[in-house]
Amino acid sequence: MLKHFIGLQWKSFFRSATFKTEIWFKILMALGALYFIVVFLGMGVGAYFIIEDMEIGDPLRVVNQFLIYYLAFDLVFRYMLQKMPVTNIKPLLYLPISKNKVVNFSLGKTVVSFFNIAHAFFFIPFSIVLLVEGYPPAQVIGWHLALLAIFYCNNFINVMVNNQNTVFYIFAALFILAGASQYYQWFDITQYTQPIFDFFYDMPWTAVIPWAILIVLYYGAFAYFKKHMYLDGGLAKKQTEAKTENLEWLDRFGNLGTFLKNDIKLIKRNKRSRSAVIAGFFFIFYGLLFFTNAIEVYDGPFWKIFAGIFVTGGFLFSFGQYVPSWDSSYYPLMMSQNIKYREYLSSKWYLVIIATIISTFLATFYIYFGWEAYAAVLVGAIYNIGINSYLVLWGGAYVKTPIELTSNKKAFGDKQAFNAKTLLLTLPKLVLPIGIYAIGHFLINPMAGYIFVAVFGILGFAFKNKVFTMIEGIYKKEKYKTIQAYKQK
Amino acid sequence: MITVHNLTKTYGEQTVLNIDHLEIPKGQSFGLVGNNGAGKTTLFSLLLDLIQPSSGHIINNDVQVDESEAWKPFTSAFIDETFLIGYLTPEEYFYFIGELRGRNKADVDALLSNFDDFFHGEILGQKKYLRDLSKGNQKKVGIVASFIGNPEVVILDEPFANLDPTTQIRLKGIIKDLASKEGVTVLVSSHDLIHVTEVCERIVVLNKGEIVKDIHTSAETMKELEAFFAG
Repeated sequence: MLKHFIGLQWKSFFRSATFKTEIWFKILMALGALYFIVVFLGMGVGAYFIIEDMEIGDPLRVVNQFLIYYLAFDLVFRYMLQKMPVTNIKPLLYLPISKNKVVNFSLGKTVVSFFNIAHAFFFIPFSIVLLVEGYPPAQVIGWHLALLAIFYCNNFINVMVNNQNTVFYIFAALFILAGASQYYQWFDITQYTQPIFDFFYDMPWTAVIPWAILIVLYYGAFAYFKKHMYLDGGLAKKQTEAKTENLEWLDRFGNLGTFLKNDIKLIKRNKRSRSAVIAGFFFIFYGLLFFTNAIEVYDGPFWKIFAGIFVTGGFLFSFGQYVPSWDSSYYPLMMSQNIKYREYLSSKWYLVIIATIISTFLATFYIYFGWEAYAAVLVGAIYNIGINSYLVLWGGAYVKTPIELTSNKKAFGDKQAFNAKTLLLTLPKLVLPIGIYAIGHFLINPMAGYIFVAVFGILGFAFKNKVFTMIEGIYKKEKYKTIQAYKQK
Repeated sequence: MITVHNLTKTYGEQTVLNIDHLEIPKGQSFGLVGNNGAGKTTLFSLLLDLIQPSSGHIINNDVQVDESEAWKPFTSAFIDETFLIGYLTPEEYFYFIGELRGRNKADVDALLSNFDDFFHGEILGQKKYLRDLSKGNQKKVGIVASFIGNPEVVILDEPFANLDPTTQIRLKGIIKDLASKEGVTVLVSSHDLIHVTEVCERIVVLNKGEIVKDIHTSAETMKELEAFFAG
């Protein structure tokens, strides 16, 4: 039976549509994975010596002190990214396989998940270093085994609380509160949690306790899963109560308003687009890295333009980049309805422009870092409006990966970001303005650099009609390929 | 209304559609039948410019479909669920289509009121998004939306599949009325021979991409079709 399950799993992995990508993308992914493994390994080996150098105490105790945050982070990451093993259960339900077996297998699958194994790359080398440094083996092994159990506890806690947003938000809020109060030295949660982890080291036999908890949690997850293994229970798609919205104030913009209304609903009602917009929002604060001189590498003058583009272009990059894939699930409708391509494109363009202007207002606080910082933001906004807004639409014509609106999977590290043509188009988005600025900066002065970039943006804006005609032509040419590609989910 | 000239569609070596000539006059209710892979959906997709012909073209009311977008204002269709916007409520979807076709809320509401018994109280005011409706109810929404804005050509792919018997009977009435009373050209495809013979004045049988029968519906049509498909 297990053989069948593993066989199915194997096929579902290697035959999935996402797996069949270009070979160089696979290589890139493998390199990425390798990079993280090396980083974790390096941390595992190096952490001991780094902490020793900082002279803040016994490295093991220091790790124990902050372990609570590590675990909390782990839980949050799992909640957001770890996929629940329910998806492929449906076809197995009516086959002559006992439910217990199906549940055991599904839970077993989570055990070998990347989210569990990743930690091994840190903790195994760390424990080895401890042993080499002469820590008593029995105690280190006890501690190590206790932690192993605790990470698996996290795994099964996540299985049970997944889909329970309120639980998650309460937990996340507590976690942030704890972090903040530690930072401002109101209350130090680690004082109370460190002894627990020290305990596993000081008395290694107590490692039995987390293992006992783990067994209880496993059976809890097992019972929970089994109870919910019905089509109208845990396997049901979550439904939200729909509210009809009017947004009538947009009617005055004619057909454009119709599309804008639709896009606002698209953003509000779908998980994937909401995440994109939230990610775009956080870009506003990206500039802090540059303007606070927090990172030395970013001190050069060009980085300010780079920052300006990102601060105001968060939405443009996170949402605009995937036009028209947001409409992929109903693209044939859009293409056969009474819609002119140009109207469709300009509604997306306006959406990007409006978001850029809002970001620019929100970024006013950069004035605090001097006029030059805010000038960079303003100039970045002008360039985003005048040039980058076209470039994202242009790039969109070549983006042919359908987006599944209701799920967040693939939202991170999407392969479409590596489409060769879109990659080429990022050059003018980021490198060109830096180049233009550099010319002004070196030939005349920084002010001239800013003016040059702004003039470029304004010029782009002035040629809107011409550029739109060109982009429309590309979209029309790519239309059939796009429809075809969106069909392949 | 619709003329097909030397139309072919090939994928690699395989020809999936090959129609020399086909003319559908205005106000005709036109039925397309054929087994899986006969080319029904391919023909409809070509009519909507969703795929490109390998050769030949289609003229819809003097507009060459793959050259100009001018056929869009008077043509509407429901092919499959990719014509629905999952995150809208049915009302919002109807109004959206209405606005695209120059109909305000009152116009759309007036049209929808004719379909109260077709909807059977399961569509409007349900506080559900389209993606959460059952397949059959989604289909009802898509079909009715294709009637918004007085289109002159309505294209429905497999409209009877997934519908309950009561709705099938009502839909047959609606399609008949559209063609006979309002002069709308209705193109319908189906696997169900009984439904098409009841609804359509003319039935074309596609087999492996070619027209093998073109029948003006009469009392004998059903027998003729059954004889053909029994092979």
